[in-house]
Amino acid sequence: MEQLQGLVPWVYLLAAVTFILGLKGLSGPTTAPLGNRVAAAGMLLAVIATFLESQVASAWLLIVPAIAIGAVIGFIGARQVPMTAMPQMVAIFNGAGGGAAALVSIQEYLRATGEGAVNAGEVVAIVLGLMIGAVSFSGSAVAFGKLQGLIDARAFRYSGQQLVTGGLFAGMILGALALIASAAGLVTVPTVLVLALVALLALAFGVALVMPIGGADMPVVISLLNAYTGLAVAMAGFSIGNQMLIIAGTLVGASGTLLTRLMSKAMNRSLGNVLFGAFGAATAASGARAEDGRTVRSISAEDAAIQLGYAQRVIIVPGYGLAVAQAQHGVRELADLLEQKGIEVRYAIHPVAGRMPGHMNVLLAEANVPYEKLFDMEQINDDFKRADVALVIGANDVTNPAARSDKSSPIYGMPILNVDQAQNIIVIKRSMKPGFAGIDNDLYLDPKTGMLFGDAKQAVSQVVAELKKAA
Amino acid sequence: MNGADLLLGAYIFVLAIFVGNEVISKVPTTLHTPLMSGANAIHGIIVVGAMLVATAVSGPVGIVLGFLGVVLGTINVVGGFVVTDRMLQMFKAKPRAAKPADKK
Repeated sequence: MEQLQGLVPWVYLLAAVTFILGLKGLSGPTTAPLGNRVAAAGMLLAVIATFLESQVASAWLLIVPAIAIGAVIGFIGARQVPMTAMPQMVAIFNGAGGGAAALVSIQEYLRATGEGAVNAGEVVAIVLGLMIGAVSFSGSAVAFGKLQGLIDARAFRYSGQQLVTGGLFAGMILGALALIASAAGLVTVPTVLVLALVALLALAFGVALVMPIGGADMPVVISLLNAYTGLAVAMAGFSIGNQMLIIAGTLVGASGTLLTRLMSKAMNRSLGNVLFGAFGAATAASGARAEDGRTVRSISAEDAAIQLGYAQRVIIVPGYGLAVAQAQHGVRELADLLEQKGIEVRYAIHPVAGRMPGHMNVLLAEANVPYEKLFDMEQINDDFKRADVALVIGANDVTNPAARSDKSSPIYGMPILNVDQAQNIIVIKRSMKPGFAGIDNDLYLDPKTGMLFGDAKQAVSQVVAELKKAA
Repeated sequence: MNGADLLLGAYIFVLAIFVGNEVISKVPTTLHTPLMSGANAIHGIIVVGAMLVATAVSGPVGIVLGFLGVVLGTINVVGGFVVTDRMLQMFKAKPRAAKPADKK
C-alpha cells in the first residue's frame, strides 16, 4: 500500500494528459467519440488511484456509497434525457461540478483553520473556488429551470436590478476579503460565519446574474458557467495542493472561455451583449420601422397546406421554435407527405439555428430525416430564389433581412438565410414576439409572407391533417 | 499549500491556459455543443478533490459536506461523459453527414 501510494501522483499526471488529448479529440468530427472516451478512461484511472490514498481508503464507507449514488443519478439522467433537453442536462451536470468545487473549498477551509494558522495565499484560492463554484451552481440551476420551463424563460428585469446584483457582488467580495485579511492576521472576524455568508451571497449572485438573460441565450450562458466551474476546480486544486485538478480545471476554464466567445461570435454578438442584454436598447430604433402601413398577413393551416401542396420546391427552415415544441417528427411527416406528391423538400440549416450549434442536425437526425436533405447555409442560399415555398418553423433572427440591409440593426452583418427571396414564405411562429435579438423581423411584413400562428408542433400537425384531407 | 507549491501551481495554471486555448482553436460549429459537454465532463475531476477531503472535517457537518461533495462530483463526471457520448453517437449515426458539409 505504502509503495503504491507513491504512484498516485504519476497516475494523476497520466490522467491530465488524457484530458488534454480528449479535449483535442473533441474538437474534430472524426476524433470526437474517441477523445471523449480517452478522457473518461483517464478519469476512471484517477478515481481508482485516489483510493490508494490512506485517508480515502479508510473512508470508503462514506465515499463508495456517495460515488454509487452520484453515478446512478448521472447515468440515468444522461440516458433518459431527450435530445431536445440536452442543453439543460449539461447545465445540471455543470452545476453539480460547481457545487462540488464549492464544497471542497469549504471543507479545506474548515480543515486548515481547524489545524491553526492558514496561509493567506491558500485562503485566496479557497474563497475563489467557493465563490466561483457557488455562482456556477446556482446560475446553472436557473439556466436549467429556464430551459426546462420551470421558470419563465424570458429575460427577467426589474428596476434597480443592477443595484441588487452589484450589491450582492460587492457583499460577496467584501466577505472574501475579510477572510483573507483574517488569515493574514490583519483583522479578527467570526470566520465560519463569514464563510457561510460568502457562500450564500455567491449563490444569490449566481441567480441574479442569470435571471435577466433570456432562454434563447442560455446555451452561451451554460458554456460560460462551464468555464467558471473549470476555474473553480482549478482553484480547488490550488487549495488542496493537487496539480491534476489545476490542469484539468484550467484547461476547461480556458477552452470554455474561448468556446463561449466562439458561440457568441457565431451569433454576431459579444459576450458582454449576451450577459448584459444591450439589445434591449437597440429595440426602439429598429422597431419603429414596423409602423409604415404594411401589415402582417395571418393564414390558416388550410391555406398553408394548399400553398405547400401546389409547390414544386419547398425549403424548410428550422429554428429554435422547432426544438422547443419538439416538432421534428411532425416536420418529417409533413416532408414525407409532400415528397409523395413529387415535391422536392430540402432543409436549410443556419449555423446557429436553435442557438445551440449543431442542434438542428441532431434533432432532425433523431426524426430520421436523411442527412443528404440537410443543407448548410452556403450550399442552399442561392436556391431560395427557385423555391416555391420557404417554410420557416420557429426561426426568426437567422431569416431577418435587416442583417443584410439595415446598418442600424444590431444583427447587421450576421450571415442569414435568403428566405426573403423565395416565391412564397410561410412562417410558423407562436406570436409576433421578437426573437433573441429583441428586434422586429421585416420578413413578416413582406406581402409574400403568410404567418401561421401557433405552437410549431400543433401547427405542423394541422398542416399535415389538411394535406391528408386534400389528398 | 505553502508558498513554493503555490508558485508551482501558478506556473501550471498559466501553462494550462495556453494549452486550453490551443487545443480547441479550430473547432467546427456543429461540434460546439459536444465540446462544451465534453469539457463539462472533464471538470468533473473535482470528484477526486472531493474524495481527498471527504473526511477532512470531523463531526456530522463534515460527513454531510464530504458525502454531498462526492455525490455532486460523481454526477458531473458520469453524467457528463455519458451525455457527451450519446450526443456524439447521434452525429456518427449517419456517416454521410460529414460529406455534404465538407464541400462548399
